[in-house]
Order: sequence, then C-alpha cells, then structure tokens
Amino acid sequence: MANKARSGLTILGIVIGIGSVIAMVSIGQGVQSSITSSIESLGSNLIMVQPGTQRGIGSQVSSGRGSSQTLTLADAEAVKQQISLVGNVAPEASSRYQITAKGTNTNTQVVGTTTAYSIVRNVSVASGVFISDQNVNNSAKVAVIGPTVRVDLFGEGVDPLGKTIKINKIEFKVIGMTKEKGGSGFSNQDDMIFIPISTAQKFLTGNDYLSTMSIQAVDEKSMTELQNQVSALLLSRHGITDPTKADFSIMNQADIVSSMSTVTQTLTLLLGAIAGISLVVGGIGIMNMMLTTVTERTREIGLRKAIGAKKKDITVQFLSEAVALTFIGGVIGIILGWLASLAMTRFAGITTTVSIPSVFLAIGVSGAIGIIFGYYPAWRAAKLNPIDALRYE
Amino acid sequence: MIDCKNIVKTYSTGSISTTILKGVSFKIEEGEFVAIMGPSGSGKSTLMNILGLLDAPTSGEYYLDGHDVSKLNDDELADIRKNKIGFVFQSFNLLKRTTVLRNVMLPLVYAGVKSKEREKIAVAALIHSGLEKQHYNHFSNQLSGGQMQRVAIARALVNNPSLILADEPTGNLDSKTGEIVLGTFQDLNEKQNRTIILITHEREVAEYTNRIITIRDGEIVEDKKNSRRKAGSVSRP
Repeated sequence: MANKARSGLTILGIVIGIGSVIAMVSIGQGVQSSITSSIESLGSNLIMVQPGTQRGIGSQVSSGRGSSQTLTLADAEAVKQQISLVGNVAPEASSRYQITAKGTNTNTQVVGTTTAYSIVRNVSVASGVFISDQNVNNSAKVAVIGPTVRVDLFGEGVDPLGKTIKINKIEFKVIGMTKEKGGSGFSNQDDMIFIPISTAQKFLTGNDYLSTMSIQAVDEKSMTELQNQVSALLLSRHGITDPTKADFSIMNQADIVSSMSTVTQTLTLLLGAIAGISLVVGGIGIMNMMLTTVTERTREIGLRKAIGAKKKDITVQFLSEAVALTFIGGVIGIILGWLASLAMTRFAGITTTVSIPSVFLAIGVSGAIGIIFGYYPAWRAAKLNPIDALRYE
Repeated sequence: MIDCKNIVKTYSTGSISTTILKGVSFKIEEGEFVAIMGPSGSGKSTLMNILGLLDAPTSGEYYLDGHDVSKLNDDELADIRKNKIGFVFQSFNLLKRTTVLRNVMLPLVYAGVKSKEREKIAVAALIHSGLEKQHYNHFSNQLSGGQMQRVAIARALVNNPSLILADEPTGNLDSKTGEIVLGTFQDLNEKQNRTIILITHEREVAEYTNRIITIRDGEIVEDKKNSRRKAGSVSRP
C-alpha cells in the first residue's frame, strides 16, 4: 500500500473497534466469573429450603423474626434419614440480636446450627473449633464468631478465644473464629456468629422452627432429583397435596448460577454490541479509503484489464487489500484490547478475563469486515470500462 | 489473420447517436507491419479499441485467427486479449513503484504462469526489447521515456501474442528515442515475424511500416504498401 499514513489512520478505526469489543467482552466475562465464584463459595451442590411460600432469587438471607414457621428440626432429621442422595443437612435457626462484650456492642446475625454447617456451607475456622455435636446435645452456650464481629467487639488482631460475649443478654463463651471469606451482597459470613441450634431454639427463639435448611447433595448430577425428593418428602410430612400450595420454597444453587450466568451473558452481549458499533464505523472508514484508492488507480485497473485481467481478478485484488488492512487492524486491536483489560484489572479493580474464543471471533470479524466493506469498492473497480479507465487523468 | 468486414461503431447518448466508424473492411495477414493513420477524430482510436477487443462493434464482423470475436462477452474477450494481443500505449502505462521485471511479468500472472517460469520469460522479452540489463530491478518511474516504452514493449511480448497493437507509441518521446522504438518494432517484425499494427496521426511515423491504411471520418480512404519505408535505428544493449 502506497500511502502509509492514510492506511494507518484507516486501520485505526478497526483497531479501536476490535480493541473495545475485546475489552468490553472481557469485562463481561470477568463479572460473570466473579459472580459465579461468589455463589459457589457458599458451598457446593447446595440446595436451600426455606419456610414460607415460593420466593425469587436473592431472598436467600432470611431473618427468623416475622417469617413463616413451617420447617422444624424433625423435618431436617427426616430429610437426612430418608433420602439417600443427601450428603449432609445443616438446619439453621437465625435471627439478628444485640451482641455485647466488655464495653463494646454490635448488632449482627446469630445463626444457630449444627456441626454439619461447616461442611455444607464451606466454613473453616481460623482459630479454635467450630460447633460440635456435643455442643448441640448439651445446648452449650458457646459461640464461633466471624472476623468482622471480632473486630467490632474486641478490636483488630485480638484473640477472641475464651472471651465472653452476651447475645441478647445471655452469656456465651467464644470457642472459635471463622476464616475470612470476604464478599458482601448475599449474606456476609464474616459478620456472623454461630451457636448450637439447640441453644438458639431453647434460649433465643423459644421455638422449634428453622429459618433455613441447607442440604448438600452427594454429587452435582443428583441435584435436580434431590430437589424433587426433598420437596415430595416435606409436602407429605406437612400434609400438603397441592405442590403449588407448599409452605416452603427450595432454591437450587445450580439454578442460581445459571440464571446469574444468563444475566451476565446478556450484559456481555450488550457491552459487546455497543463496542461493535465503533467497529461498523471503522468498516465504513475502510470502504471510504478503498473507494479513494480505486479512483486513484483507475488507469492501473484499465491497464490490468487490457492485459487480460477479468472482473474476478480485479475484485479479488482489491478485496484482498481490504482484508489485509482489516486483518492487521484486528491483530493490533486484539493486543490493545488485551492490554486494556489487563490495565483495568490492575488499576480499576474490575476483574476481566480475555477468552481465547473471543480472540478467534475478533479475528474472524475483522476479516469479515474487510470483505463486507471492501466489496463495494472492489465491485466498482471490476466494473470499470478499460478504454475509459485508460484515458483517465 | 485479421479479417474485418464492414465494421460499424455508433455511440448513443440519450437520443443523440454518433457513428464513428461507417463500415470499415480490411484484411491483415500474419507477419505484416501495418500503420493505421488518420487525423484526430477519424475513428482510428475506436478502430484500435475494436481490434484490441476492448470494445465491440455495433455491427459487422471481426475475425481474429479465424474466430468471430465480435460477439463475445467480457470474460471471453479478456481471455483472448490475454493470449493473443499485446498492447503498447502512448503513455506507457507501467505500474508505478514496481520494478521493471515485475511490470513485464504482470500479464504472465493473469495467464497463470508459475512464478519461476515468469522471471525467465520476462527476461527473454526484455532482451528482445533492447533494455539494458542494469535496469531490470529499477522501479519503473526511475526510467526515461524511451526506456519505459521498451519495458512496455517487453510486457506486450511476454505472452507471445499473435498481434501487437501500438497506440501512438512514440507520441511521448523525442524523435531520436522514437526512432529507436520504431526500429525495435521493425526488428520484432522482421526477425520474429510478429504482426504489428501501429496507430498514429503522423505520416513520418507511419512511414516506418510496410503498409499504411489511411482512415478519415470513419472510412478507409487508402490502403496500400509503403513505398518510402524508413529504417529505424536499432540500439542493442
């Protein structure tokens, strides 16, 4: 290509177009994977049963006070005994209470549960121990606190083990602290206190009802079947024949992941489409430049035709030039887009991932743009009458 | 080899039609060196376009090597041009920013000749055209007018055409260089028995050929052997 400056500026449009598509798609995919991983950090192969009628996504966090009282410990026991696809069951009775320690206080979520909770919900302790079966059997007044609670009650870096806290004015001894999990939104585990469920029901809630039942399936593929079996069992235990009138709702972690995926995929598509508009503009720039080139080379085209070039030969010649331009622009754009997404991850804290399929897609798209936007100029060139073209000044 | 019967060419724009060629007939045998001479507006360029298959007659027949080529489509005409006709233009029409060798090889590309062969054939044609070897890898726009025309002649030869059509080949050259180019044509005609048709408006140029067809106002007014043939100068590398 003769005029390097002109070609360079025209390619710039494609570079920006492809670069922004790559960057936008990488943002979308980064959002998707971070959402997926935060959902998956709740636990794996998880289904959650909550009292009350069917609710939508996002209402996972339940506070005991004020919501329906239809699930009992006995239900949890039955599920564990009677359904083989169950790996573990963790019943919860939770509510928010005022917590005090020496001279400090905070208001936070108190979750009464069993030792199975640490398995089902993927909780590990940073120091001390989690609730044990014995604690539950004895209705012991022991508590495992989260790192945020530790900071609120005792200060940063202070070892809370052995210290006393008062939950709703009742004394509890701290026996462990959970490992920091981070995150917010879906219930921040770092800002919770775990006590034995028996203790919670005896001294705090005063009843036998659960706020949530978390069930872990034996493996991923059993989840749908497990959900069906749990539902059937609970319906029969509660004496309900019409499933639409169930007094509980079941949330399947896999379902949540897939509906979140749908949302983020739509987001990614939208971002990509907006970036795609700039790509169209870049293509128009290519078409403009090629038209100018064809006009400038009219005599050359006439000569080629006189020598024996057919319409097809001329068309292919100019199409290849257009595709070469867009291809170069595409490769540069991919590199720039990748650098941009790296910069965003580093400096803006937004996680981004550049996927290999999107790179191939970008290459294909830039080639296609060359063909689509180069076709009209190439057609014009091929159509030239050799006699007139040779006479062109 | 060329048989034109009553060639008529009319251009119409809207309701106005102009008849440029009013029924031209002649025969040219293989190995002839013919000038088609006439003032501007006489129709000689139009006739050349038709002879060169760049244009089709409105009526009449044109037989090239025994085939009626007056009613072919664009692609078929391109094929015949590729195989049978070599052009030399007044303004050389070489590709700029391209070497001499690549310019000469261009018709071979369209003819589908493999790249190793192309260079060999191009060099052979350049030798016949008389261009000095040192220029072979120079860019075409670095050459003088006469040298460029020699490159154009080599390009015209490269597909071994039955017919060479030269349109005012000396029009952009000074008289001395023009003589050399005309001498090259004579050489090609005598030594290789090439059929050459030369279009010109200058009698002095036409007198380098063996036969002069004079055309005026779209009709042939004279067609006879050239008795006062001049010899062009030959310059060998």
